Amino acid sequence: MTTLRHTRLSGLEPLILTPDLNFINVGERTNVTGSAQFRKLIKEGRYEEAVDVARQQVESGAQIIDINMDEGLIDSEAAMTRFVNLISSEPDIARVPIMVDSSKWSVIEAGLRCMQGKGIVNSISMKEGEALFLQHARKVRQYGAAVVVMAFDEVGQADTKERKIEICSRAYELLVNEADFPPEDIIFDPNIFAIATGIEEHNNYAVDFIEATRELKKRFPSSHISGGVSNVSFSFRGNNPVREAIHSVFLYHAIAAGMDMGIVNAGGLSIYDDLPEELRERVEDVVLNRRADGTERLLEIADKYKGGKAEVAVETAAWREKPVIDRLSHALVHGIDQFVVEDTEELRLISTRPLDVIEGPLMSGMNIVGDLFGAGKMFLPQVVKSARVMKKAVAHLIPFIEEEKRISGDSAKNNGKIVLATVKGDVHDIGKNIVGVVLQCNNFEVFDLGVMVPTQKILDTAREVGADIIGLSGLITPSLEEMSQVAREMQRQNFHVPLMIGGATTSRAHTALRIEPHYKSPTVWVKDASRAVGVAQSLVSKDLVEEFMIKVRADYAEVRERHKGRGTGKQLVTLAKARAQRFVGDWLAYVPPTPKTPGITAFDDYDLAELRTYIDWSPFFNAWELAGKFPAILTDDVVGAQATELYNDAQAMLDKLIAEKWLTAKGVIGFWPAAQSGDDIEVYAETGTHKRKPVATLRHLRQQVDKPVERPDFCLSDFVAPKDSGVQDWIGGFAVTAGIGIDEHVARFEAGHDDYSSILLKALADRLAEAFAERLHERVRKEFWGYQPDEALDNDTLIAEGYRGIRPAPGYPACPEHTEKGTLFELLDATAHTTVQLTDSFAMYPTAAVSGWYFSHPDSQYFVVGRVGREQVEDYAKRKGWDRTDAERWLAPYLDYDPD
Amino acid sequence: MSTLPWLHPDRVALIEKALSERIMILDGGMGTMLQGHQLDESGYRGERFSGGLDSRHEHSHDHPGECDLKGNNDLLLLTQPEIIRGVHMAYLEAGADFVETNTFNATRVSQADYHLEHLVPELNREGARIAREACDAMTALTPDRPRFVIGVLGPTSRTASISPDVNDPGFRNISFEALTANYVESARALIEGGADTIMVETIFDTLNAKAALFALTELFDELGARMPVMISGTITDRSGRTLSGQTAEAFFYSVEHIRPLSVGLNCALGAEDLRPHVQMLSRIAGSAVSTHPNAGLPNAFGEYDETPEAMASTIESFAAEGLLNIVGGCCGTTPAHIAAIAAAVAPYPPRVRLDASQAA
Repeated sequence: MTTLRHTRLSGLEPLILTPDLNFINVGERTNVTGSAQFRKLIKEGRYEEAVDVARQQVESGAQIIDINMDEGLIDSEAAMTRFVNLISSEPDIARVPIMVDSSKWSVIEAGLRCMQGKGIVNSISMKEGEALFLQHARKVRQYGAAVVVMAFDEVGQADTKERKIEICSRAYELLVNEADFPPEDIIFDPNIFAIATGIEEHNNYAVDFIEATRELKKRFPSSHISGGVSNVSFSFRGNNPVREAIHSVFLYHAIAAGMDMGIVNAGGLSIYDDLPEELRERVEDVVLNRRADGTERLLEIADKYKGGKAEVAVETAAWREKPVIDRLSHALVHGIDQFVVEDTEELRLISTRPLDVIEGPLMSGMNIVGDLFGAGKMFLPQVVKSARVMKKAVAHLIPFIEEEKRISGDSAKNNGKIVLATVKGDVHDIGKNIVGVVLQCNNFEVFDLGVMVPTQKILDTAREVGADIIGLSGLITPSLEEMSQVAREMQRQNFHVPLMIGGATTSRAHTALRIEPHYKSPTVWVKDASRAVGVAQSLVSKDLVEEFMIKVRADYAEVRERHKGRGTGKQLVTLAKARAQRFVGDWLAYVPPTPKTPGITAFDDYDLAELRTYIDWSPFFNAWELAGKFPAILTDDVVGAQATELYNDAQAMLDKLIAEKWLTAKGVIGFWPAAQSGDDIEVYAETGTHKRKPVATLRHLRQQVDKPVERPDFCLSDFVAPKDSGVQDWIGGFAVTAGIGIDEHVARFEAGHDDYSSILLKALADRLAEAFAERLHERVRKEFWGYQPDEALDNDTLIAEGYRGIRPAPGYPACPEHTEKGTLFELLDATAHTTVQLTDSFAMYPTAAVSGWYFSHPDSQYFVVGRVGREQVEDYAKRKGWDRTDAERWLAPYLDYDPD
Repeated sequence: MSTLPWLHPDRVALIEKALSERIMILDGGMGTMLQGHQLDESGYRGERFSGGLDSRHEHSHDHPGECDLKGNNDLLLLTQPEIIRGVHMAYLEAGADFVETNTFNATRVSQADYHLEHLVPELNREGARIAREACDAMTALTPDRPRFVIGVLGPTSRTASISPDVNDPGFRNISFEALTANYVESARALIEGGADTIMVETIFDTLNAKAALFALTELFDELGARMPVMISGTITDRSGRTLSGQTAEAFFYSVEHIRPLSVGLNCALGAEDLRPHVQMLSRIAGSAVSTHPNAGLPNAFGEYDETPEAMASTIESFAAEGLLNIVGGCCGTTPAHIAAIAAAVAPYPPRVRLDASQAA
């Protein structure tokens, strides 16, 4: 009986509380007693928004969500039932276990009756005697939940260490012996009470909790210790910075003592190490009850930290007073580049060698950043800002280091050399640049070859510099095939360097199935920038690489095995069946609108200030790995502060780039008579429905999904009137860019070692191009095609695509084959009108560009073509005048079969 | 709950003994076997319902004469008991250790479709009794190999955690309490009729199953004794999840509190597709692990056409991998399948249970 049994919980997915999870965050925002916002939403019956609160909790890392509806003016049972039922229908929320939280048994039971997973009851106690306690405990067991036991008995709530231990131990014995409760399903809440209240008896409350925790964990190692952390700082309400400091000091000690679960506002936790020395010390005095005047001493300084601008100024001045080493570390961790050159110089003058500055304070500062980032305590924009500080410091030192190297022949050591490239045919590099920055922060030497890099150049560079790792990135789907080619080539040329794969369309499955099998040396997919460092370090470490790769390879083998076992998922229907089940418009009754401006209309130098209001900000935050919807993300518990800072920086840059006209936006639209011909769309120069010769034929792909008869298998051509219908219909197309002139400014930032601004600018140009596409589509509907002249929608509705007609882009799910972009560009003469060019893989350059088709049919909709069968691939090849192998190459990610 | 004594300790001991010695065999599908009899509406009605009404319960309910009873397979327990007994015997002769009662839809919500709610206790009692008779007859022939009755609780026609209304994801057309009441009623009658174990099976929605388990614990408390509980979930498609969205692992954690005799998977998929999920259960479950897959996936005509040999060969590889304690068949399987499966797994030892004390 030496092995500990682990608590096994579940939502839609399992959650096993193993010791390596360390501390389980229970999300506290879906609690009407703790969150005024949530209370308001529930009171007003705004359940949809209340569900969003739960979603944010899960997105921002809550491993369990606590739900509490205890409020006098709410029908708590009904609210609990409704809310749990609602979130059960949201797979991205329901995947985590639920903690039903109420002081009323009937409300707990209402929640339990809606939970298919194994959740937690919070809480039961012996407040009303053993009999009722056991009765509830047995019911909890019948419902199949774990339980939180509050340290409360017939006498009252336990406040001293002894009482906490005594009550919890008694409860444990009853649960295990009388209610058949497994020890691992018991979670103690030994009561966290407010400290520093001015009442002397309260001073030891935190110590009592921490010491009781230590003893309980020792006595009952399979059980858990939890608590509502925010109680402890209750006496400082109104002063959040001090409250957060108290929470982090309290948790620091409680976790060390064995507390392994807590109801917390994860976003509101300051980093223990990051607390100002003075504040931390005085908070610690209070939490650990180290001196009688602790409370007074904390009160003395509390106001100083009470938020607001004044305090920031005070703090700024304060860190400037510190020794130079601390100043550099502070600047790095907080991403402040204002004083970095003078501080670096000051340190260089007192160091033996200039390299010592890098290997000493700068590296240790960046290690802190890396650790905080790895632990999820810092977010990407902060890291990139820190890197800017680092780069500026290093740039200042380089001439001195070169000089010394010239004299001594010594050179700097680093973690390893990494060659990074966006593969041939692809021009997207925001993600790759972020990865580069993060790796540099972690002392890797990065050789970034840029975009559209041919295979041989990547391999030659890797040989030349003696690379330890090659990293490939790509965003568009043809890049997947390109990466597979690079892997084959590396094998053929007898490379042994590990290969890292990343980028938005890449995936573990694709890497396992299509890349790793072609290359014998380590090949690893990296999910996002935050994982890149861990992977790279494992790959270059002699101690780690073997074990790491055994895991990765086993994982990929399993993916392949599963893929094989599963075939390709759901069976596709035959092309004939899919076509028979096509979408049929009501062509007898429906009259397609005639464009007000047929032919081509070009927009030279479109007003950026107008486009700015059409920006969809959520993807912008996504590019920085900050997950969440705009504008809620600005006030998000976890990433809100960072998101706000990033947003402010973005707004400031937008002001500047518009005022100083860094970028030029150009666009072109066109409308042509068109008719459906099978899965194709024929485009004509003239109207009239007889004996026309098409000037172009657009090739589209059809879904082959096995659906009920009432749901069509879509093809975009379905939204255009068939040739034989005699109905005159039209199709439109567009191409826009907002990236003209960007290179000059990117180069300027990079020369100034300012990756942050460079990435910011690229991300903004992307957003402006998308906004341009959105704005033009709106004008197309209202003016140029003019079928909805009176449309009046706000930006949110536009973003939610709540309008008639669609604008699918070649290369995206409804028309996933990229070469069709070539036809679109020819029809529009897009390169001449907008300067946008197509690469070999049909990526657009500048990257801040969008192009696509316009369909006006009221029932036209976005859909995903998904996988296509061999029959359709052969048919498509024939229509395109290709060999089947060509078609298979361009459609590689969508094939439902393994090509020969 | 599990601190209660067994209701039939001797039979539980026999099952436990057999489980420790070999892979035990469940019976196969009922539907395919009934199709062979080509019963029409009057065949389903038998004598008792020939007049439209239930001749034994005149005027005690709404108008059953107004709806077709064809397809209500559970009703055959009352109108064609010999056919049901014959199917049980055929499976026992093929080598089944366990016979499942023909009570898949014998719950109040499911019988409401035929306006036959009042028959629920009778259906379950008769279902258990007929299976009991068949098992006892077979046990008399092979005393060294006793046979057991599994009282089946089906999923019902409602789902407690999925909204039937796309416009209101918070809506439910059945409550946990209503399901619990349904299951208490059915399970009580199964026990009265002589079941040895209760199996909650073909679980699409784990919340329904949790209601069934809750009902069983209520009933056991009332009886002052418990029965072994078997649980079998359904992975509905190749997404690897139940209809209500859980992975096999999450499903198991949701139901293990009952300390089941066995946990497994059945229906929806053929054996090959169930393999990774059975592997998962085998890795994590303290209880015995069971599976009774369909005879492959339905073909273009909606028929299951995996041959006994093909199915047995896949199942044999499960046994060789040490995944199984109990195995049988679901939709499309026949006594030939069960005989082939029984022969295929006979040479292999049963899966070693992780923690026998947890199951018992």
